[in-house]
Amino acid sequence: MRLLLAFAAGGLFGAGLFISGMTDTTKVQGWLDVFGNWDPTLAFVMGGAIIPMFIAWRLVPNRQPLVGGTFPSAPRPELDHRLITGSVLFGMGWGLAGLCPGPAIASITYNGWGGVLFMVAMLAGMLAAPKTGTVLDRLAAKA
Amino acid sequence: METDWIWGLVGGLLIGCGGAVYLLGNGRIMGASGILGGLVDGSGRDSAKERLAFLAGVVLLPLLLWPLYAVEIDTHMTSNVAVIIIAGLLVGVGTRIANGCTSGHGVCGISRLSLRGLVATVFYIMAGGLVLVLFRHLLGVI
Repeated sequence: MRLLLAFAAGGLFGAGLFISGMTDTTKVQGWLDVFGNWDPTLAFVMGGAIIPMFIAWRLVPNRQPLVGGTFPSAPRPELDHRLITGSVLFGMGWGLAGLCPGPAIASITYNGWGGVLFMVAMLAGMLAAPKTGTVLDRLAAKA
Repeated sequence: METDWIWGLVGGLLIGCGGAVYLLGNGRIMGASGILGGLVDGSGRDSAKERLAFLAGVVLLPLLLWPLYAVEIDTHMTSNVAVIIIAGLLVGVGTRIANGCTSGHGVCGISRLSLRGLVATVFYIMAGGLVLVLFRHLLGVI
């Protein structure tokens, strides 16, 4: 049941990314490029995705997940340097290639060698993250 | 195309429904970087099967939908090797350090009115916009 639900969730996610055009890098870069031919699609995707999720979060209190266990704990209120620097680094890569992790996974079968190379580099970056994070902590402590 | 925003909205609703299934069904936050990253660095070993089932769905559904499209689908992926490698590294390291990407912080975070999700989203969009404008309009690289 747990695996079936995870597969269904992933399927909806992948289908949504494909249908919305988010695996097309020009749509993502078109949204970020306010000085070019601005493309509003991404805002509709984000807005559309937030609607069912907003309702889902409303159903969480005083309930249990279908497969049992507990729901994620409340989000932490504090903003730390990792959240900011990490997001800035991610955004830079996102702007450069027009790919974020979801679409990079969804398009892996049809994005050519570039998509595969991006995936390899992204996985390497993920592996390097714990050490990079420690270095950033040290820098933040000095600052 | 003029109908792009409609497909964006429909696709977005599907993405949100996926997140709702993962949350209400499995009790987890649907974040692509977290689901994949936990497999890569071993931090999600206990839930490896669930993560793999999710990723299988993400990869398979576009393949099933592909034949329904009459037109050739182009991802317009850059062929600049240096840009691909640097961008991939930045996306990988950044999403793990920030503990989320567009799906986790953007979709799942903002929808639960999380300040962290909103702040992360503002910062990665600003960084992405600045880098794109710099490298496209000023340097002409991408």
